[in-house]
Amino acid sequence: MSWLQKLLPPRIKRAEGTRKSVPEGLWRKCAACEAVLYATDLEGNQNVCPKCGHHHRLRARVRLDLLLDAEGRFDIGGEVMPVDPLKFKDSRRYPERLNQAAEDTGETDALVVMQGSIKTVPVVAAAFDFDFMGGSMGSVVGERFVRGVRCALEQSLPFLCITATGGARMQEGLFSLMQMAKTTAAITRLAEQKLPFITVLTDPTMGGVSASFAMLGDVVIAEPGALVGFAGPRVIEQTVREKLPDGFQRAEFLLEKGAVDMIVDRRELRDKLASLLTLLLRIPAA
Amino acid sequence: MKTTFLEFEQPIAELEARIEELRFVQDDSAVDISEEIERLEKKSQSLTKDIYAKLTPWQIAQVARHPQRPYTLDYVSHIFSEFEELHGDRAYADDQAIVGGMARFNGQSVMVIGHQKGRDTKEKILRNFGMPRPEGYRKALRLMRLAEKYGLPVLTFIDTPGAYPGIGAEERGQSEAIGRNLMVLTELKVPVVCTVIGEGGSGGALAIAVGDVLLMMQYSTYSVISPEGCASILWKSAEKAPEAAEVMGITAARLKSLGLVDRIVSEPLGGAHREPRVAAMSLKRVLQESLRQLADLTPSELVERRFERLMAYGRYKEQAVG
Repeated sequence: MSWLQKLLPPRIKRAEGTRKSVPEGLWRKCAACEAVLYATDLEGNQNVCPKCGHHHRLRARVRLDLLLDAEGRFDIGGEVMPVDPLKFKDSRRYPERLNQAAEDTGETDALVVMQGSIKTVPVVAAAFDFDFMGGSMGSVVGERFVRGVRCALEQSLPFLCITATGGARMQEGLFSLMQMAKTTAAITRLAEQKLPFITVLTDPTMGGVSASFAMLGDVVIAEPGALVGFAGPRVIEQTVREKLPDGFQRAEFLLEKGAVDMIVDRRELRDKLASLLTLLLRIPAA
Repeated sequence: MKTTFLEFEQPIAELEARIEELRFVQDDSAVDISEEIERLEKKSQSLTKDIYAKLTPWQIAQVARHPQRPYTLDYVSHIFSEFEELHGDRAYADDQAIVGGMARFNGQSVMVIGHQKGRDTKEKILRNFGMPRPEGYRKALRLMRLAEKYGLPVLTFIDTPGAYPGIGAEERGQSEAIGRNLMVLTELKVPVVCTVIGEGGSGGALAIAVGDVLLMMQYSTYSVISPEGCASILWKSAEKAPEAAEVMGITAARLKSLGLVDRIVSEPLGGAHREPRVAAMSLKRVLQESLRQLADLTPSELVERRFERLMAYGRYKEQAVG
């Protein structure tokens, strides 16, 4: 970004950003402060708005890329692929939705699991991809999660999970609901082995994921402004028939209510995780 | 009590109304009409049989939510000989959408935990329509721990539209409360037998439904989201609920065929509400058999078996990564 652009007030920038001659994808508007940002600036800042600090969503692989050391990481559970157990069809068939999501995201389902290290502390880390059918949890997400946990158990490693999900995947019906029990059951084994389990709740973390393992981390971290809850705000509003308080179900609200341990800025997350892990694992300070 | 008939049962309702009328006039009538009454009763029965033989999933959902359907405390009164209800989560409140306590089952001490709906308006509000708040799940958790401490098998009865989506519920950690129960049930060192008696609504149901055996009453349902909820998200209209019910696979029969449910407990003709005692007795028999099968397992065998059961949930394929 040039010095001139930096000096220009946002309104003028916005007009500039919408001009047709500008190639698509070069500019991005911050969803919170509406500042128009140079896309590479936003990406270079881990998708955090340099103006207002709003945390935009991150894709699963980008997330893991930012958290894990560059060396020695590999995928776990990539061989597990979705099927259509119910022959589910609404306006479109479930396999069509899966294919579409795969085409749009380059992923095969909504969870990416990797083994690697954070500032040399070895870990297994799982990240949800919200762009893949809303990060919804079906059989594949559950199984990949479990394989990640198993991998952590076999090598006595901590397990991290970064969530970004609307909840259970409706298209797999009760199979999806059972993934709540399956994933939560898996983390009991980590506890038995005294292996740290840390969750990072990002925007949004709702429904079946929120109401299973997400709130059960040894340490539960939330990103600033992340929407985290069991029921969606719209459903609650319709049920109680009153306007929801400002900031309801946001990370700051959860911290105040005692539901999470801390809110961590994404740009400090890697350091924070490393320090939490070394403390829990009693690794001497470097 | 007079039976309430559902929309699809209207032909039966009409017949029953006629029978009722005839019974009323029978006493003053000069001619004997008892034969006619008997004929109509038979007709009503066979009509019920016909209608119930081909219920759609959506119709089954209506039976599962029938206003006269037996609720947890109804089953408790028929199945157990003593029931000492315990209250409260020791932290915030006593959530009456979940009931629980020690009971005697064929002489044996057990712990009972179940969702509870209300019958009349006042009780419905008291029970919050069977939708628990976090304190309900935490009461259940306390009772699970208590059961484990004294070696009592846990019998749970599931009947909820879902966990309550309210402001206070979120403030007090609805998600954590449900998640915690899933975790504790996974490791509980006593047998856990779960029965869906009415509506098995999503996470709010699952929070007391993780166990060694999962039973479903014949006309109960169990689903990841209500048919209305699914329809309003995927079809953008809650009126498509019947279609959603069809594709989601919410009935006992479908879930049994998918391997998600262990056994279906048959209900009297026309649903459990027609003869609650008969329904309770058939459930009692199956509960007894289920407990007997689990009785010989040591606590660690029990937990290991339950863990493997949970790990087996899900359908996927494996493919070499290219």
